[in-house]
Amino acid sequence: MHELSITQSLIDAVLDRTGERTVTAVNLRVGPLSGVLPDAMRFCFDVASAGTPLEGARLMIDEPRGLARCRSCDDEFELADLILLCHCGSADVEVLRGRELMLLSVEVA
Amino acid sequence: MSLLQEPAAPVHPHEHPHDHEHSHDHGDGHAHDHAHPHSHDHGDHHPETIPLEQNLLAKNDLLAARNRGWLEGRGIRAFNVMSSPGAGKTTLLVRTLTDLGDRLRAGVIEGDQETSLDADRIRAVGRPVIQINTGAGCHLDADMLRRGLDALDPETGSTVFIENVGNLVCPALFDLGEAAKVVVVSVTEGDDKPHKYPHMFMAADLVIVNKADLLPYVDFDVDGFRRRTRQINPRTEFLVLSATTGDGLAGWYDWLGGTSSRSSTLTESLTDTLSP
Ligand SMILES: Nc1nc2c(ncn2[C@@H]2O[C@H](COP(=O)(O)OP(=O)(O)OP(=O)(O)O)[C@@H](O)[C@H]2O)c(=O)[nH]1
Ligand SMILES: [Mg+2]
Ligand SMILES: [Zn+2]
Ligand SMILES: [Zn+2]
Ligand SMILES: [Zn+2]
Ligand SMILES: [Zn+2]
Repeated sequence: MHELSITQSLIDAVLDRTGERTVTAVNLRVGPLSGVLPDAMRFCFDVASAGTPLEGARLMIDEPRGLARCRSCDDEFELADLILLCHCGSADVEVLRGRELMLLSVEVA
Repeated sequence: MSLLQEPAAPVHPHEHPHDHEHSHDHGDGHAHDHAHPHSHDHGDHHPETIPLEQNLLAKNDLLAARNRGWLEGRGIRAFNVMSSPGAGKTTLLVRTLTDLGDRLRAGVIEGDQETSLDADRIRAVGRPVIQINTGAGCHLDADMLRRGLDALDPETGSTVFIENVGNLVCPALFDLGEAAKVVVVSVTEGDDKPHKYPHMFMAADLVIVNKADLLPYVDFDVDGFRRRTRQINPRTEFLVLSATTGDGLAGWYDWLGGTSSRSSTLTESLTDTLSP
């Protein structure tokens, strides 16, 4: 369950900026191709934030769709997983969006 | 804490993988332990939004980049060997160290969860080995490798094999600073692994199909597996071998020789011994 250690680094990164201030919300962006499950992160966040200034903070996760572009036919299409195959048959596919694993901002009291 | 959470049910899914008793470097140069006793003025802060815009793996990636620089500076090649539990990582490493003997100066970092059995198997071949106990942790990260390298203290120009925790999911996300990622799959596991674990196969520089001696007895389609691997990762290299019978190991030793181009003496010694 790597989400727990990623959540721990999330909390570290926030605390490094906010110190002892009470954090009321954390804004993330987690793409479907990032290898991280948003639901698992929500679960881990409650566990890992307990007893820190992030306890009780709202975890807001923006979940963009995966997007790819085929270098052969130039088509852009939605990508739900990492199987890089265009409908034209080409596997020469560039992932444009969906691998994000970003801490965007935090709200503090 | 809200009343709803009050009974504080022990919902811990499993042991905390990264027991944070660290005094890590926070990039801004200060090392501290985890009470975060920042001493600044807590006068009158107003509610505000603080933009951060950073990758959640940024800290690991930074430490991995440092490892990579440290290794390259010493001409040391590190290979991150990953697989499901029991695919044959330790068997392959023991066999490699035995076969190549003095021609390959190599040490091993073992990322076992609980036991030191794998480290003992390496030690029995007379090679330096460091055991990193990850406890309940399911992967190695760059900070653990840093500590492993400090303890192993590998010679300039040598090779370091890192046996990651047996797990095809999260080791793929944590760069260690290695020169190459090697993924081992055994034929007893089924040939649908690439689509089930795309991150692992996408990250691989080399995919090894091991236990080829068992191919007659199992339903594993090597060509189908290769095709599915290429769909995820067109540039990865591909080998089929048996770590126990030794079939196909020449390809692995060639690969080790080829990727060692940075330390030419090793390449020469390997090609000398391996060419017919
Ligand atoms: N038939 C056959 N058995 C093998 C081969 N390679 C490894 N094995 C066996 O597979 C079992 C597991 O091998 P290990 O080398 O311990 O596997 P591992 O990947 O290091 O396992 P963990 O460290 O527990 O994840 C052992 O019983 C090995 O003898 C092979 O090429 N053929
Ligand atoms: Mg092993
Ligand atoms: Zn995991
Ligand atoms: Zn910290
Ligand atoms: Zn196309
Ligand atoms: Zn893990």
